[in-house]
Amino acid sequence: MRGSGRTYWRLLVAGFRRQSTYRLAALGGLVANATFGFLKVAILFAAVRAAGGELEGYDVGAISAYIWVSQAMLGSVNLNGRTDLAERIRTGDVAVDFLRPVDVQGAFVATEVGRSLFAFLPRGLPTLAIGVLVVGVPLPDHAWALPLGLVSLLLAVTISATTVYLLATSGFWIVETRGLQILYMVLSGFLAGLFIPIWFFPEWLAVLASATPFPAMLMYPTDVLSGRVDGSGALMHVLVQVGWLLATVAAGQWLTRAGRRRLEVQGG
Amino acid sequence: MSRTDTAPGLAARSAPYRAVIASRVSSQRSHRTSFRVDLLSSLLVGLVELAEVAVLYLQVERIGGLDLAAALLVFAIADVGFSVADMVVGHCDNIPTYVRAGTLDVFYLRPQPLLLQLMTSDLQLRRIARAAVGVVALVVALGLTDPPFTVRTVALLVVALVSATLCFAAMFVWAGGVQFFLIDGAETTNAFVYGGRYAATQPATVWGRPLLVVFGFFFPMAFTAYLPVVTLLDLDGGQQLGLPGWIGWTAPLAALWAWALAAVSWRLGVRHYQGGGG
Amino acid sequence: MTETIVRTEGLGRDFRVRDGLRRRTVVAVEDLTIEVAAGEAVGYIGANGAGKSTTIKMLTGILVPTRGEVRTCGLRPVPDRRRLAREVGVVFGQRTQLWWDLPVRESLRILAAIHSLSAAEERTRSDELVDRLELADFLTTPVRQLSLGQRMRAEVAAALLHSPRLVILDEPTIGLDVLSKQRLREFLVEERRTHGTTLLLTTHDMGDVERLCDRVLLVDRGSLVFDGTLPGLSATVGAERVLVLDLASSTPDLVDVEGTRHQGSEGGGLRQRLAFDPGATTAARVLAQVSERAEVLDLAIEEPDVEDVVRRIYASRR
Repeated sequence: MRGSGRTYWRLLVAGFRRQSTYRLAALGGLVANATFGFLKVAILFAAVRAAGGELEGYDVGAISAYIWVSQAMLGSVNLNGRTDLAERIRTGDVAVDFLRPVDVQGAFVATEVGRSLFAFLPRGLPTLAIGVLVVGVPLPDHAWALPLGLVSLLLAVTISATTVYLLATSGFWIVETRGLQILYMVLSGFLAGLFIPIWFFPEWLAVLASATPFPAMLMYPTDVLSGRVDGSGALMHVLVQVGWLLATVAAGQWLTRAGRRRLEVQGG
Repeated sequence: MSRTDTAPGLAARSAPYRAVIASRVSSQRSHRTSFRVDLLSSLLVGLVELAEVAVLYLQVERIGGLDLAAALLVFAIADVGFSVADMVVGHCDNIPTYVRAGTLDVFYLRPQPLLLQLMTSDLQLRRIARAAVGVVALVVALGLTDPPFTVRTVALLVVALVSATLCFAAMFVWAGGVQFFLIDGAETTNAFVYGGRYAATQPATVWGRPLLVVFGFFFPMAFTAYLPVVTLLDLDGGQQLGLPGWIGWTAPLAALWAWALAAVSWRLGVRHYQGGGG
Repeated sequence: MTETIVRTEGLGRDFRVRDGLRRRTVVAVEDLTIEVAAGEAVGYIGANGAGKSTTIKMLTGILVPTRGEVRTCGLRPVPDRRRLAREVGVVFGQRTQLWWDLPVRESLRILAAIHSLSAAEERTRSDELVDRLELADFLTTPVRQLSLGQRMRAEVAAALLHSPRLVILDEPTIGLDVLSKQRLREFLVEERRTHGTTLLLTTHDMGDVERLCDRVLLVDRGSLVFDGTLPGLSATVGAERVLVLDLASSTPDLVDVEGTRHQGSEGGGLRQRLAFDPGATTAARVLAQVSERAEVLDLAIEEPDVEDVVRRIYASRR
């Protein structure tokens, strides 16, 4: 990768800044996040209680943590697949990005992660706070759960960026990426375990979900933070995330190079 | 130029709307590839939403007094209602886009009521695929729950489906009115429109008091599908909520209330826009 | 006595805007009293932010006035909006009333239904507009594929299809090439002559005013500061024209050509701009003088910009 760490830091800060202009939008997002949170609480608490107080490793406390952590992450993981980059590739503006002395993938991921981390301030943390204050979210009882959970969270946000990057760069070969983007939008939330933990899925569906990067964007960090898994289980989740990160970064690098070659051959 | 302004018939009065709707339909059908993608995605959305309900009830036998079959029936009625409303007037909660593009100003220059112009301006045929998922779910759920095939059952189903569609349509219009005030925070209304759709597929017995107030009565989402199903299948959910067994028949009243809300919201919104909010 | 089409009295409109945390009131239109008679062609000009669009929105019922009276075609715009819509046609240079994904013909057909035109009325009027605006070549082309000039002609047809008595044009020629502007102006003159249509237009292009309007209203900060003819307006400020010259070689700035004022040079003197007062000298005389010093490859005459005239009037008032 070209470009110094400092460059990427700048890009990260820029992504951070851009978000701060949308305060009313953030409030709207917060109201929506919280409302859906309460509805999830109603139905999932009832489900856990109906199952005798424990369902697939979740008690009421763990399911509450799952709900509020996942709601809080909503504004920070890209589950709709929309990116400016896809548009720049479609119009050919991306040629300009290739002229800059920074790695295109690195710059994209840094900006996205900056945006994501910032979204935690007006949307994520207040959502979590509402859950903690109104419904109650138990602290993980394992000392390592919190730091490990934060690492897992950061990984999740990054994997979300590296994965939508793959989606965007498919535009070098496919003229109309809207179909793929819509497919991504429809399936990502479900397979990431947004409305129901993937552990509630029938065996085959859970296996299918685990074969995609989506659980690594939402399910695993909520598992670690809620204390549903601890010790080696939590460590395992984080390792799987690292695996997805490496895989998506490598695939992204390869797609970038191939896409650049294609751009040069076609002359933009 | 002379025009017949004296009491034109329904056919004449609806001609402008029919012309606009027909143009929307032909335009969407002419972009075949794109339309197929949209159709498929809409189908997938329906299936995913169905899966979200089914998966949960496969895990747990009974939640809030509903088993899988009854939950499927609730989902189906709510989803058919929502999909049809979304197809016809789903774009009404896009007011910020219309304001920014100046579309609303153009509507003002035409001799039809603003709301009717907006409602008929962007029929989305693709969403029919999602309604199809709801219809199939409805047939399957009716087979599983096996209510007696009587006039009462059919009548209640029709009343529920029509009221649900009207309720959700009212939600979109309500949201449109509110968005005149919240141009940059339009997502706020999603909490109630799309949150309402989600709530409509749940048994109202699992809600605490605040949710009951918001989605049980203020936005009458419980009346769209859950309460009619309770009445239809003679479940005890109504009693738990302190409501009589025939409560499902009152769904049209809920639709009326929802439209009263929508009308007030739209009025205030338009007044705000004309007052310079745009 | 001719009928009054637009009449405002003490018309005003304030906006409340959020400025950080405080709210403050901005006066867009202060106190406007104007009267336009049937069949007139009026240029409504003023700087950006002078309240032109706000006035148009109040005349057409989109905005409620904060104070004052307004009657358009004898109707109250807000309560009688739907009846007024049959009497008024509006062309917005910046926004479209066509359906971007449909052919022009289809848009016209829908608009005919919207305005409840009979089949015969629709045919006569569309044929007339298609013919005079020369739309025939692209009638079956979707609007999004039209050039700007073609689209504007289609927009005008759309706004005039229901034969409105009053046509309001908001920057109708913005961004158009010379030929398209010319065609559009000719059409509007013809439309006015044959149908007695009243025209009210806002524009930044003095050419529009010159060729279309017999009366000019100039607004400054929401108040009327000039009401009269264009020659009257130009006489007040002495409107200059600008000769743009493309020269064969780099030439020192032509600062001392008689009767002109050097406005600027580009490309090291390859292109120079000379302002002159058409009352004091002629373009031919200026050109002759320049030709003695440098070879002229190409030239163009720029109309005085309304902005410029307006700026000078504003300046003279302060």
